Amino acid sequence: MEPLRFIAEDGGRADRLPFSVDELVRGYRAMVRARFFDERAMTLQRQGRLGVYPPYKGQEAAQVGAALALAPDDWLVPSYRDTGAALAHGLPMSQAILYWRATPAGWRYPDDLRVLPFYIPIATQLLHAVGVASAGRFQDEDWVALTTIGDGGTSEGDFHEALNFAAVYSAPVVLLVENNGWAISVPTSKQMRNPRIADRAAGYGIPGVVVDGNDLTAVWHASREAVQRARDGEGPTLIEAVTYRMGPHTSSDDPNRYRSADSTAAWEARDPVARLRTALGAMEAWDDEREEAMVAELTEEWQAAVREADEAPEPEPQEIVEQVFETMTPDARTAWEVLRRG
Amino acid sequence: MVEAARSETEAGMRTMTMVQAIHDALDLALERDPQVLLFGEDVGMGGVFRVSDGLREAHGERRVFDTPLAEAGIVGYGIGLALAGMRPIAEIQFAGFLYPALDQILSHLGRYRHRTRGRFTVPMVIRAPYGGGVHTPEQHADSPEAILAHVPGVKVVIPSSPERAKGLLLAAIEDPDPVFFLESIKLYRSVKAEVPEGHYRLELGRARVVREGNAATLVAYGGMVEVCVKAAEVAAREGVELEVIDLETLTPFDAETVLASVEKTGRAVVVYEARKIGGFGAEVAARIAEDAIWSLQAPVLRVAGWDAPYPPFSAIEHHYRPDARRVLEAVRQVLAA
Repeated sequence: MEPLRFIAEDGGRADRLPFSVDELVRGYRAMVRARFFDERAMTLQRQGRLGVYPPYKGQEAAQVGAALALAPDDWLVPSYRDTGAALAHGLPMSQAILYWRATPAGWRYPDDLRVLPFYIPIATQLLHAVGVASAGRFQDEDWVALTTIGDGGTSEGDFHEALNFAAVYSAPVVLLVENNGWAISVPTSKQMRNPRIADRAAGYGIPGVVVDGNDLTAVWHASREAVQRARDGEGPTLIEAVTYRMGPHTSSDDPNRYRSADSTAAWEARDPVARLRTALGAMEAWDDEREEAMVAELTEEWQAAVREADEAPEPEPQEIVEQVFETMTPDARTAWEVLRRG
Repeated sequence: MVEAARSETEAGMRTMTMVQAIHDALDLALERDPQVLLFGEDVGMGGVFRVSDGLREAHGERRVFDTPLAEAGIVGYGIGLALAGMRPIAEIQFAGFLYPALDQILSHLGRYRHRTRGRFTVPMVIRAPYGGGVHTPEQHADSPEAILAHVPGVKVVIPSSPERAKGLLLAAIEDPDPVFFLESIKLYRSVKAEVPEGHYRLELGRARVVREGNAATLVAYGGMVEVCVKAAEVAAREGVELEVIDLETLTPFDAETVLASVEKTGRAVVVYEARKIGGFGAEVAARIAEDAIWSLQAPVLRVAGWDAPYPPFSAIEHHYRPDARRVLEAVRQVLAA
């Protein structure tokens, strides 16, 4: 199975693009916004103004392309690396900063936002996504759930159980594997014998699609089709987006310990943002002037988000024992009093 | 003692086994709330203990259904359903089969309200038959309640009679947070009792005094309550009145009821069928030591499973599960102190 691709790796050639120019510009803006956030988040982390942060540089097309296929009522069930997808599905930048700053205010998302919090236990989120997807059918809602996972996560038992549940119940769920080549330090070749993750879909009797994960249009198109299939009652789809993690696993990781600079450099030439920028330029749909205006807007959005995050109240110690149960237990009540006294 | 939220019509009583009482509660819950779903392995045909007999026929195969044979899947799928508005009731065929789901339970089930600061909750019930005493095959007789009670954000309920089971299960299903509901296999069909018809709820998080006495306090739950009551009846023939407390809800733990009793009797024996070390009875004993040690006339003793797995050897397995004789031995020790 060759990965689906519309725009050549260097951005020079675009064939049979199933998107209007306006859509492409919208997609480009969303992708640049995701990168803008990620790069600045890493800087904030280095300044000690963010906790441990898992960057997604290089994977913006995979994350944003899939999220763009969702309607506002659809759900996103993301892994920890998917801040880019969450931003594209409506998570405000200030909220994302507060989340990675590990501030309680950042962990309660807006009530109308259908994004679940980032998942650290690998592959566990997939089962939740299948349940969320089915819950819509029980309530006569037509929502779809998109869930995301990395290549390493496909080794977990929950990956298998989720695909099987999704298939058996024909759940309206789209499962996106961002195959970025590395599970922290373990390359995909040591993670699995069959390197084509999408092939596994056949084992569950569901469609599997492999796309060039650095071509926004390929991910977006495959996701749009999968979302439509799910909404039409035709069940789940497994999408493998072949991409690359340009940065470290998290802000605490040093990838030079386990992979060569050469392998990373090879992927720089396939950068998803530059690729679409080149393609849009060739279509005369984008130029430096528009780029500058967009960057100015993003800078403003970012600065406002940081300000808002900085103004969030400092958490109080007693918040530790709040929101465990709807009604506080006697033991938690005692602890609450102790913590409040400080 | 059936208090709290009796249904609109005053109902009569009916004689039921524990299985029938639980079936009755599930039937009522499915009837009353369209968001309630019931699922698990073999649940559609009634389940291996026939608890859900006829419920698929009564409520439709959309709401009462079989799952693939995968416990992490059952729990994880249920969490997702609950996050998006449903009231899932998952059956795990035996509590000893729960272990594949521990990641979902430890990492997510009890954490969701906390990590989303109340935005998302998981109003889910996980039912599982537990415990020994009926010569089940290996791994079918485990009592993993202490593992579950150690998980923040989940409630653990273990009923000791048909009447309590029905009211507690209805309360668990209507609770806004996740609840484990462990059902003693030994009690499933061995006990018949009068159970109120119709809907009623019993409060979670409350222990109850099953039998009053002044000589010593026996603390138990689930299948061990009848063992303690039997021991108390034997002791009463010798003029020794034992107080028996049924915890019913392990977490949130009702320390108040236990402490009040120990302050009165000055002696306590905690009885549970799981392995003694690290069992929930250790928490009970520790709490008594922390808050009532000045009332104690004797060390707090525990009667529990030995330091070994529950034995799959049917001819000798009855030596593992505490019985009235072992409870009375411990009682004699605390009375002699």
